[in-house]
Amino acid sequence: MKALRPIGRRMATALPSVVGVIIVTFLLTRVLPGDTAAYFAGPAATPTAIAEIKARLGLDQSLPVQFIRYVGDLVRGDFGSSLTTGQPVLSDITARLPASAELVLVALVLAVSIAVPLGIIAALKERSFIDHACRVVATAGVSLPVFFTGLLLVYVFYYILGWSPSPLGRLDVFATTPPTITGFYLIDTLLTGDLEGFHGTVAQLALPAATLAIFALAPIARMTRGSMLAVLESDFVRTARAAGLPPTTVVLTYAFRNAVLPVITTLGMVFSFLLGASVLVEKVFAWPGIGSYAVEALIASDYAPVQGFVLVMAVLYLLLNLCIDILYGLIDPRVRIDA
Amino acid sequence: METLPLLDVHDLTVEFATRRGVVRAVEHVDLSVRRGEILGIVGESGSGKSVTSYAVMRILDRAGRIAEGSVTFSGMDLRDLPESDMRDLRGREISMVFQNPRAALNPIRKIGRQIEDVLLRHGQCTRADARAKAIAMLDRVRIARPEERYDAYPFELSGGMCQRVVIALALACRPRLLIADEPTTGLDVTTQKAVMDLIVELTRESRMSAILITHDLGLAAAYCDSVMVMEKGRVVEAAPAATIFSAPTHPYTKRLLRATPRPGATLRDLVMDPPPETVPAAIPKTGRLLDVRGLVKTYGAVNAVDGIDLHIDRGESVGLVGESGCGKSTTSMMIMRLLDPSDGSIHFDGQEIAAIPARAFPRHPLRKRIQMVFQDPTDSLNPRFTAERAIADPILRMADRMGRDALRARCEDLAGLVGLPTHLLDRFPHQLSGGQKARVGIARAIALNPDLVILDEPTAALDVSVQAVVLNLLEELKISLGMSYLFVSHDLHVVRLLCDRVIVMRAGRIVEQGTAQQVLEAPTADYTRELLAAVPHPPA
Amino acid sequence: MSATELGIVRPASGLTATLQHARHVITENPVTGVAFALFLVLILAAILGPSLVPYDPLATDSSASLRPPSAAHWFGTDQLGRDIFSRVVVATRLDMIIAVSSVAVVFAAGGLAGISAGYFGGWTDRIVGRLADTIMAFPLFVLAMGIVAALGNTVTNIVIATAVVNFPLYARLARAEANIRRDAGFVLAARLAGNTDARILLFHILPNILPIMVVQMSLTMGYAILNAAGLSFIGLGVRPPTPEWGIMVAEGAAGIISGEWWVALFPGLTLMGAVFCFNLLGDGLRDIVDPRRRT
Repeated sequence: MKALRPIGRRMATALPSVVGVIIVTFLLTRVLPGDTAAYFAGPAATPTAIAEIKARLGLDQSLPVQFIRYVGDLVRGDFGSSLTTGQPVLSDITARLPASAELVLVALVLAVSIAVPLGIIAALKERSFIDHACRVVATAGVSLPVFFTGLLLVYVFYYILGWSPSPLGRLDVFATTPPTITGFYLIDTLLTGDLEGFHGTVAQLALPAATLAIFALAPIARMTRGSMLAVLESDFVRTARAAGLPPTTVVLTYAFRNAVLPVITTLGMVFSFLLGASVLVEKVFAWPGIGSYAVEALIASDYAPVQGFVLVMAVLYLLLNLCIDILYGLIDPRVRIDA
Repeated sequence: METLPLLDVHDLTVEFATRRGVVRAVEHVDLSVRRGEILGIVGESGSGKSVTSYAVMRILDRAGRIAEGSVTFSGMDLRDLPESDMRDLRGREISMVFQNPRAALNPIRKIGRQIEDVLLRHGQCTRADARAKAIAMLDRVRIARPEERYDAYPFELSGGMCQRVVIALALACRPRLLIADEPTTGLDVTTQKAVMDLIVELTRESRMSAILITHDLGLAAAYCDSVMVMEKGRVVEAAPAATIFSAPTHPYTKRLLRATPRPGATLRDLVMDPPPETVPAAIPKTGRLLDVRGLVKTYGAVNAVDGIDLHIDRGESVGLVGESGCGKSTTSMMIMRLLDPSDGSIHFDGQEIAAIPARAFPRHPLRKRIQMVFQDPTDSLNPRFTAERAIADPILRMADRMGRDALRARCEDLAGLVGLPTHLLDRFPHQLSGGQKARVGIARAIALNPDLVILDEPTAALDVSVQAVVLNLLEELKISLGMSYLFVSHDLHVVRLLCDRVIVMRAGRIVEQGTAQQVLEAPTADYTRELLAAVPHPPA
Repeated sequence: MSATELGIVRPASGLTATLQHARHVITENPVTGVAFALFLVLILAAILGPSLVPYDPLATDSSASLRPPSAAHWFGTDQLGRDIFSRVVVATRLDMIIAVSSVAVVFAAGGLAGISAGYFGGWTDRIVGRLADTIMAFPLFVLAMGIVAALGNTVTNIVIATAVVNFPLYARLARAEANIRRDAGFVLAARLAGNTDARILLFHILPNILPIMVVQMSLTMGYAILNAAGLSFIGLGVRPPTPEWGIMVAEGAAGIISGEWWVALFPGLTLMGAVFCFNLLGDGLRDIVDPRRRT
């Protein structure tokens, strides 16, 4: 129980951010261009119909009253309805969320498992070939527009080489959807022993996940290299060396554990980039996640899904940051006390 | 029978590859350490004393390399030893203690585990008895409640405790040679003494040899058998400790020895050719300048300053002495009117100024009459201002408007007063030496002829030879300009040189005050005695 | 232990030293030099581009649609037969205007808010901090989408959205830099010299922070371009037929799976090159401003 207390305290400090997020999304709803009611009523509505909708939506009330209504709706899980799909926004988003989550998480795992070792080796062999390679990757990676990398990968691996299936969605058009257990196809296909389905899922996932991973790789590699270099020059690493500790202990137990702390902090920013970039990647690969849902809604001037999407993304991001903080606290004893 | 020395360094030259070509940090150094001997390497910053020891341990950074010479330890040539053998040697045969102990420990690993790492590495314990041996080691360096401390992280311990842990790490495998690189720099004087006593005692106890690297001649005199003096990468003199202090032969050693504050020496004794006696200001001013009563500063529930009464007369220098955290800096910041007191009064030249908010004081006419010289000359100069611009700043803000030529002339006058060559006025701080920066800071403080100048450890960041010169300069300026000083310092011996009266503070309160002579020669408070005893000094 | 710490290296005088250092940085890392050159090309294209290009970027020609690169059309033509080279060059001005104005806005607003927060602390700090935290609580691109969707689909709103999402970066950097200097000796000395808070902030602290902020500007220029292009890629902000790199890539996306690679490739490469250039420039400037912060 005692161990959980700092976590609880950290969650409490996230509350103002939640309030901030709700206020901002509310404000975004209110400053919509033109007449909100007109959008909800559709293009063929009469003035009376619009007034009626206005009253029904509470748009004739004062801002504070509208805000209370808005919060009340959110609490009840009412994010409004989508004009294009005709479904409540919340159920649309819940149905599409696993697709986005699977894509982002696979990309993150991929990026971390390449970037961290790359950063460490680059720092250990400063000014070597691999160090220069790491610098190029780090700078080039953040310069790549994800939608463009995605298209390049499609051109090379689908059109020229033909290694990859057609870049449309999570599954081949003719494949059957695995039964929904977790919503993550990678896991669901394995749980049902559907190896062919698993294979197909991996094939579909490979390019979009790689696209995102290339993008996320850069800041992680850069930060790992930078903080490893700083830690390797620190006094306590010199002490460890002067005590004759073997290089593996010095690098892993002493240097890396300390160097990983700023990397974990950077993960917060990486998540921000990843969640944003996933919208573009989903559009390129027709991935049926919440990003492409929001983009389709945007094109159709259907704003309720867009607001719902922004809110859900913000909440997800807050949760991810919470996890990062907890992870940080597990490694660094200093914040356990301060928190 | 004289056996082979334990460590023999012959003709050592260390080079660093820098952007401006190869730089020799250490040139043709010879040194040897016998079994059971403690050798002191003394030198000012840039003398190459630390580099020498890093070269012996072969832990020079990437840019550095041993260019010439040999390092023989116990008959083994360390220069050609494979790195893996060298690693076996480090920590087991030769150990090192560094300055800045808190940074020298892994911040996120329990201190007990850090000691175990070393023990396990050199096969001094098994997994089963590692914990017990680590705790025994903590006990050996006199860490109270070692079982509990085993689980502590460095940030939970004081600086002195961290240094004990570093010593435990270094001595865990009973090495034959201990190299201590400025092991007490940054620690409080009383802690310094405890740490040095511990190092020497443990060294003698297990018949180890040690090299003590320090900038402090007093420390070397108090603890070493023989002393080697380095200057600019070369050894200028090496001799038994007693000889070097009684009969130094090299001019540099003489100068260094002379510049070190010691009992009985006056300010003018510290420099080789003392300047002619300064003529006092035409009409010596008298009377009370500053009167502080019941001064209190509270942070939360803590009283950083807990009811201080003090006064300073015109033309008088008062020393305010204490260890870090005693409230001396807080007191000076309040008198300076940079910080608002929680309670109490400050009368300056008859005017009550404690009630004027610190934010409004820059516009107050008294501002120019109370000035300050800061501890760190680098930090106290704006990196983007030239020396002239820095000195001119108070004149521009608070003096009557003057033309550009008049301003330049005034800055040149001031530079002349503080002994700063005028061609340096156009330089930026990073192009000046420590002593030159200190002079700029002093020129800025006296630019508007203040009545009271607070000196906040003005020489703490300077080498002793520079300190001696700067202290003399301050004394001259005080007499010729008729100023009063409040000299804030941790070092009673330095304060004594400059001050008429001394006030000793501890935990926010004054424990003793009196004339400098009284306090230093016949202290009444135990704490003062402890402070005095803690500062080592070379024989007079 | 470096040679500088040992006091061996003698510093040269002010400007010469900076120039020497700049030259050293460029020669040691010639990539920075290339980045400077690229930057000049971008500026020239933005200023002179529209008067230099061989074709009208909006002129359609149904008889010449989807032609691969040739001597007549260096980058080929798109579905409507427009010359891609001309469109790519002309788009430079719009993309640069978006990036420069959003960075200028956020530099002024975020920088000012940040140094006030860092210097004064207290309420100023809390308000600025809360504002930055709230913005940071969103994935930045998603917030930019939300802002443009709400404010309306215009170039101005893209500039606003990009500035808003970058605000925390500038505010926090300026805050941290001002905060560490707030109790520095030279600031106390300035107060003793009779400087008021406003003067200290503007004439003592700001000049010391400026170089770091300029590096940040260069780095965020790249991000601003990416952000704007990303928004137009999903149909926000700039509208067809206006030439803009993001839109042009979107227009070429369909051709990728049928082999018309040039429609998306050239605007995409240009976009990438521009962002790359600003990032390299930022790294190079960082090395010049603070050699110890090399990463």
